[in-house]
Order: sequence, then C-alpha cells, then structure tokens
Amino acid sequence: MKVGSMSGKKQYTKRSKVLVMRETRAAYLFLLPALIFFVGFIIVPMIMCLVTSFFNYTMTDFTFVGFGNYIEMFQDPVFIRALKNTILIVVVAVPVVTVFSLWVSSAIYPLHAASRSFFRCVFYLPVVTGTVAVAVVWKWMFNKYTGLFNYVLNSAGVIDENISWLGDERFAIWCIILILFTTSIGQPIVLYVAALGNVDSSIVEAAQVDGATNFQTFWRIKWPSIMPTTLYILVITTINSFQCYALIQLLTSGGPNHSTDTIMYYIYYEAFRLYRYGYGNAMGVFLAIIIAVFSAIQFKVTKAGSVD
Amino acid sequence: MKKKRALAFLLTGAMAFSMAACGSQQETTNTGTSSQAETQTQAEAGTAAEGTTASEGAAAGEDISADITMWTYPIGSFGDEETVNGFIAAFNEIYPNNNVSVEYLDYTSGDDQVTAAIEAGTTPDIIMEGPERLVSNWGANGKMLDLSDLWDEEALADISATSEAVVSACQSTDGVFYEYPLCMTTHCMAINYEMFEAADALQYINDDRTWTTENFEKALQALKDAGVAQENGIVYCGGQGGDQGTRALAMNLYNAEFTNADHTQWTMNSEAGVKGLQQLVDWTQEGLLSYDAGAQASDELQLFANGTVAMTFCWNASNEAQYASVVGFTPYPVAFPSESGIPELCGGIYGFGIFDNGDATKAEAAKRFIEFICDDATQGPLSVASTGFFPVRASFGNVYAGTDDEARMEVFAGFGPYLGDYYNVTAGWAEQRTAWWNMLQQIFGGEDVQTAADAYVETCNAATAAASN
Amino acid sequence: MSEKTKKKAGNLSIYKLVTVIILVVLAFLFIFPVYWIVTGSFKDAMTINAAKPQWFPLNPTMINYEKLFNNPALRWLLNSVAIAVIAMGLTCLTSSMAGYALAKKRFVGQTLLFSIFICAMALPKQVVLVPLLKEMSFLNLHDSIWAVILPTVGWPFGIFLMKQFSETIPTEMLEAVRIDGAGEVQTFLTIVLPIVKPGIGALAIFTFISTWNDYFLQLIMLNSQRNLTISLGIAKLQAEMSNDFGLIMAGAALGAIPIIAIFLMFQKYFTQGITMGAVKG
Repeated sequence: MKVGSMSGKKQYTKRSKVLVMRETRAAYLFLLPALIFFVGFIIVPMIMCLVTSFFNYTMTDFTFVGFGNYIEMFQDPVFIRALKNTILIVVVAVPVVTVFSLWVSSAIYPLHAASRSFFRCVFYLPVVTGTVAVAVVWKWMFNKYTGLFNYVLNSAGVIDENISWLGDERFAIWCIILILFTTSIGQPIVLYVAALGNVDSSIVEAAQVDGATNFQTFWRIKWPSIMPTTLYILVITTINSFQCYALIQLLTSGGPNHSTDTIMYYIYYEAFRLYRYGYGNAMGVFLAIIIAVFSAIQFKVTKAGSVD
Repeated sequence: MKKKRALAFLLTGAMAFSMAACGSQQETTNTGTSSQAETQTQAEAGTAAEGTTASEGAAAGEDISADITMWTYPIGSFGDEETVNGFIAAFNEIYPNNNVSVEYLDYTSGDDQVTAAIEAGTTPDIIMEGPERLVSNWGANGKMLDLSDLWDEEALADISATSEAVVSACQSTDGVFYEYPLCMTTHCMAINYEMFEAADALQYINDDRTWTTENFEKALQALKDAGVAQENGIVYCGGQGGDQGTRALAMNLYNAEFTNADHTQWTMNSEAGVKGLQQLVDWTQEGLLSYDAGAQASDELQLFANGTVAMTFCWNASNEAQYASVVGFTPYPVAFPSESGIPELCGGIYGFGIFDNGDATKAEAAKRFIEFICDDATQGPLSVASTGFFPVRASFGNVYAGTDDEARMEVFAGFGPYLGDYYNVTAGWAEQRTAWWNMLQQIFGGEDVQTAADAYVETCNAATAAASN
Repeated sequence: MSEKTKKKAGNLSIYKLVTVIILVVLAFLFIFPVYWIVTGSFKDAMTINAAKPQWFPLNPTMINYEKLFNNPALRWLLNSVAIAVIAMGLTCLTSSMAGYALAKKRFVGQTLLFSIFICAMALPKQVVLVPLLKEMSFLNLHDSIWAVILPTVGWPFGIFLMKQFSETIPTEMLEAVRIDGAGEVQTFLTIVLPIVKPGIGALAIFTFISTWNDYFLQLIMLNSQRNLTISLGIAKLQAEMSNDFGLIMAGAALGAIPIIAIFLMFQKYFTQGITMGAVKG
C-alpha cells in the first residue's frame, strides 16, 4: 500500500525532462485500455449518479431539488433503520471475519501441505458454490417447518417450538450475518496463509531460539509483517459487507419489519420498485461516502499499528 | 520507432477489443433471432413468409409486417412455452407476417426486469400482467399506449356484463384504458378435506362452501384437538406475492372494508379491521394458527400440498390445477370465513398492455395479437382456459364446458358472486403491498394491533396522496 | 531438553488437538451446505418437504433434473461461463498493463490516478446501476452479456492488485533490458509478464468468481430467457405459487458443481499465485 515506496525514486528526478515525458506517454499507453473501461463504465455512471442525486428523478419527472433527497433521507425512518442494520452487519462481520480467518490460517499453516490445502479448500467452498446457490440452501435449512435447524434443535431438546429463523426479528439479521460470514471467510484465509508463508522464517527461528513464546513471535514478528494483508482484508470485507444485497433479496426481502433492510436493499427497493431513482442515487452517494470513511479509518489505524 | 510500435500495438489492441465487443454482440443478437424462430416451429408459415414479405403481404391484403415481442408472467399456462407457441401459430395463420417472440418472466425478478427494461428503453411490445396494477402504473408514467380502440362498445358492454370492476381495473386513475383484460378469478382458500373429516370439522362449513368466523374458530379448535396436522394453517408474512390471501382473511373475519368506496383512503385500521387482525394474533397465541414472517405464499402452499398444514389461504383455480398431480389428498376450496357468513373475496384480473415504443406498425401488430388472443371467437375461450381462470367476457359463457375441468371449475365459478370490491385500483398500490407485509410482521411480533394498523394506513394514505398528485 | 520446553510441548499438543477438532467441526459446517444441495437435488417433493429430514436420499430421483432441463439450464450455465471467462481475460490484460505502469513508471498524475482508483473501489457497484443501465441502452448493449462484462472489467480492483504484484519486479532488471535496447512492448512481454504471472493467476480466479456471483448486475442487465445466467436461473426457479426446493437444489448443484470441480483442479495454481507475493505492502 505504500504508494511511493520505490527506492529508485530519486534517480528518476535527476533524469532529463525528455525522459520523463517519454515515460509518461508510455505509462498512459499502458493504462489506456484499463482507463477506457474505467472511465466509460465506472466514472461516467458515477458522475451521472452524483448529478441525479440532486434531482427528483423518477420515470416521469426530472426536477432539480438540491439537497432535497439528502434531507428526506434522514427523515425517512426506514432509511435510518437500514443504516443501522448495515452498520451492525459491518461492525459484526468485519472483525469476526478478520480475526477468525487469521486464527484459522495460523492454525492450518503449520499442518502439512495436504491437510492445509484441504482446509483452505473447505473454507473457500461457499465462495465457489455461488452466492445464489448458498442462499437457497440456507433458506431451506432455516425453514420453520421443513428446515434442518429446527429439526436438529428440536431433537436435541434445545427448543420445543419451531423458530422462524428468517422471519423473526430477533434472529433474521444474525442468520444473514452467519451466511455472509461463511461466504466471506474463504478469501481472507487463502490470503493469510499466503502471507504467513512470506514471513521470513529465519527471523522467527531466531526469535524462538531467544526463547520467545509463540504469542510473542506472533505478535512481534508475524503480525507486523502480515499487516498489509490485514489491511487489505479489512477493506475488502468492509466493502463486501456494506454491499450485502443478494442475500437480503433472496432470503428476507428486508423483512421482518425492516429488521434486515440494508441501505443497498433499500436503494434497490426505492429505485426498482417505486421508481425513485434520484432518491436511490442520493442514498448510494451517501453509502459510498460512508464506505470511503470506513476504509480511510482502517488505513489510518492499521498504518499507525504497523509503524515500528 | 519503438514508441510508434508500442502505440500501434496498443491501438490495435484497443480496436480489437471494441471490434470483438461489437462483433460478438451482433452474433448474440443473430443467434437470438434465429432461435426465436426455432422456438416457433409451429409458426413456420409465419417465419418463412418473412423472407417474402412483399408477395405474402400483398396476398394477405391489408396485412402489416412486424416482429413483436411479448413478456408474460406465469399466469396459468401462459408461463408454458409450448402452449403459448401454439397460440402464436394460430395467430400466424391469420397474420402470417407478424412474428411474435416471447419472454417468460417470473414473479421474483420479473418486476425488476421490466423496470430495468423501461429505463433502458428495451421494453417489449406486449406485456401480460396480473392484478398488481403494474400496467396502470406504467401507464400513468406515460410508458403505455392507450388501448381505447380495443375497448370498443361491444367489448365494453360484454365485459361490463361480467363485472364493472373489471372495467375500472383496466383503467388508470385518470380513466385511460392501458390494459385489455383476458381473464379473472376470485381468490379463496382451501382445506385438506381428509383432515377436516378426521377432525369432524366439516360440519362447520356450509354447503355453499362459506363459513362464519365463529364456526371457523370451532373448526380450528377441532383440528387442534384431533391433532391431525402439524399446524392448522400458516399466516405467511414474507413479502412477495400471495398477499391477497392474508388480506382477505383479515378483512373478512369481521367484515371490514379495505378501502373507502371511492378508493382514496385505506381503512384497515377501522374497528372491524383491527378486530380481525387482533383475532389472527390471538389465534396464533392460542396455537390455533401459526404465523411465519419468513414464509411466502409459495412456502405455505408447498406445506399445504405436503399435508403439513390443514389449510391454505392462497388458493384459486390455477393453483388447484398446478397442484392437482402433486397432492395426496383432496384440496377442498372454501371461501374465507366471515362474521356475517357472506364473504367478500379478492379478485384478480389479468390482461395485456402495450408499451409505447414509438413504432406505430409494431403497436398495430401488438393490438392485433391482443385482440386475437382475447376476442377471437375460437382462440379467446382457449386462451382463457389455458390460464385456468374465468373469462372477463360474458359472451364466452362457460369455457370449461365439456372439458375434464368442468366440474372442478364449477366449484370456483360458485365463488364468483362473492367477488368483492376491486380495491387494487387505489393509487399507491405498490407501497401498500410492502406496508401490508410489514404490518403483519409487526403485529405478530408483538406490536399493538391498533398502533400498527394506524401506522400502516398512514403510510398507505401518504403513498396514495403522493401518487394522485 | 529443559523442563520448560517439555511443558510447552505438552501444552502445544493439547492446544493442537483442540484446534484440529474445532477445525474439523467447522469444516463439516462448511461442507454440509454443498452436501445438502447435492443430496437435496435427488430427493422427491415429499421427502424434501418432510419435517423429518432424510440425511441421505433413500429413493433417489432424477425428476428434479428433468424439470430443470425443461428450462434452458445448460444455456444459462454457458452464459455464466462466457461472461466470467471474457471478463476474466479482459480484466487480466488491462489490469496487468495498468498495474505495471502504475508501479514501475514515473509519470505526471500518477498519485492522483491511483487515488482515484482506490476511491472508486469503495463505491458500491450497485448504486451506479441506473446510470449504467441508461448507458448500456445507449450503446445498445442492454440484455446482452456485454452489459455485464464491460462494467466488471472497468472495476479497478484488478489494477490495484496488479500494481501490488508489479512492485516486486526488480527495477534493475527493467533498466538492464532498456539499456539492451528493448522496447516497451518487448519489456512488458518478456520481463514483466513472466514475473507477474502468478498475480494474473490469482486475479483471474478472483475475477471469475466475483463475476460469477454478481447477481444484481446480471439481474438488471439481462432479461431474455436465453441470456440469463445460472445464478438468475436458480433464483427464477423459485416461483410465486410453489417452492420446489428439489428443483432449486438441482439448479444450485448444476451451477456449483462445475465451478467447485474447476476450483479443485486449479487450486494449486491459485494458492501458488497468491503465495508468490500477492498483497505485499
């Protein structure tokens, strides 16, 4: 993540201007294909999104309302509820996914190659199975009458009345978080295992010879060197959790009583069911700002942590 | 030199991309059309004629030549490719130069796909839709064509003879006809006959398949005492379709009105409405009914079909046809219980709309197709029968006469007189549907019924006011 | 061996045992949904909807698959594959070029550009959908697989990842070939590509899987029956008036099993790619 971490930077500044120009031109030629797609299909719609968020933009209407949509947003109880739910998901899922994947990786890293790759595959399984397939099978397992959970818990005597897992305000969002967890953990584990492999083993050995405990070796040596990976995982998991949409649409449609409404789902609902595109876009812009703020905080915090 | 080579390399690369993109896009569309043709093998005459439009066109007189598309929700066999292709083939016998290609929508993502298509400007010519007021809504947004020329005097008289509700259901709030109806139904509920028999609960149902709220409760108690089913019935409150069942259940228990007479205000927070909702909550607490905010109508139906529950609140002729081969018992259709014994059943009116795609020829062809499907003396009744519902045209009479379905359909026809007010025409319908589920989820979650109902009505009235402006 | 290390070893083995047990239990929980999909797809409606689940289909039936193939399910699968593969190819190409330039070239606007890429990654993709929809319709690409592919390729994640990988290219090596008179293209092809190859492998898999799973974009961009993807297809199998879990499981199995198989075959390369220096600082 260190943007200008090139050791040879100084050399370049000494070079002639011609050379810099040449390099700039070459660089942009290399960037050109990516930029075409990026500008065309990300930047342009992004700007359109930002602009239309100031309009009462529906199927028939397109009138400028200034910050009207943004003001309405904060007076909309459903939006506030969705915002709270979204933050709950992020605040729970991100640390759990990060800590858990780090634990799993450290646990499977010392195992021998075959079992290591077995576990890595297993935890990656929900990712490759596909979100929709995973969602439908969980939907079935959570079913109040024919689902596996109620059967198992009933048989074990834990509950004596069937629970509507996805239809009960107390449980629904936790069920969503659980599924999100299983689909989010695969990639971090793969990355952490890789990162642990990159830790300089001679330093670790030296520390152990010096009598460092496992915990100390981990905290003093491994943790700082996997910091970039941690940052990356935090950012990616945060973005994914904020954008949790398919699970909601397929499992609860935001119910019961808006307890699983997320901003993403509410944007979809306003835009595609009620045709209020401007309002939806305003919420989208707001969501983008929150995600950016969250990511920036993570950058700051982890950067500060890795300085030593 | 090298710079130039690099530049050339990149430029050709970029061009190759864009060309590849365009090329394959074309390819997709081409294969698209050719296989549309394939799917219409019965319509061979039509497709073959397309190549020789001039000569054929001349032969058919004033025939016009157009390729039109239709999107349809799975309304009875209108979700079935084979049936629909048969209809198109029949259509092409008369209008050989009008190609009709069909896309089949589903209720889960269909609405979104149409919204997306409207925004992308890729709407079909014809859409076949159910009672959720989508066509009228799109019409009010200026996306549909006025179909008043299909609604000629004869049609108006014939359809009015069935029910004035059908006529008003096809009009937008400003009175324009955006929809042309094909069929209608009354939604009812159904019980598991054998289970009721075993619990000796059949005595509570009148011969005309109506029952009172009092007797309904007795039946629930009898079922519970006999322990014949895992659950007596499930008030499903997971949001997608099937809301008409829960609405009819709640409003009929104490004969509440869902909206006021001129469809401008929602009224389920009335004394009778709240009493009905409260009754449902009480029954679930007594274990006479179950509720599941995670279940949708489809889940509930599946449990009914499976014999897990003794009754379903989401039944109609089409569902019975669909489940006929799956169930191992006799599904016995009954009306919703009501205090007075005279239920007010929810109706469903299904029909076609035409998107305004700015092509007069296609619009004309689309109108011909709709006219053929709905009004043709032979095709019309066939189309209706394929939906499993009842004709909106009084002149069609009994479209099931002489078929295997005659006896079965007679039962459902018997519910016709109980068809209630078609309040679906009230503005703000889409918002109401979401708010309804939400209110149910709240009251079963322990919220005070009156408070929840008031909040629901307030939300709906706000939406209605916003939509009427 | 000192007393202390012995004790540590003893603790360690208990700790190890507990760890392994937890891992195995978790592994079971992660495998189970897939098992449930596959076995569920062979159960008939009665069994699948019974309150008492059947752990293994005692009377396996093919009826769900028969029903599934009444739909153009293979076509859906092919569409998914086509979208994912094309998006993967294009992303790898554009990202490796851009990543190399960002990491190894000094040029005007470099920091700004990289910051924009990073910021755009935070943007929820779905919020730009309505404008994107308009754009696709303007380009006449709505309801074609390109409407899904192009925005996916535009996503700057790959650029970010490939920049990280390209940082590992030794600058001296680039200098050396430049002195030897190699052109930019030649340098890229002969020096850069081989070094970042593992990164391309990782990016390929990430792109493939995320494209495959991008349900919302597909939902909005595709409508024709024959342009649907397998994800959309599975969702479509949930009808309004029936909930045929057997059929849905058959669809889910059809969508999941090929990908799982491919993943298992290539997982070695995948993890190798990452090990060789993925997300380095």
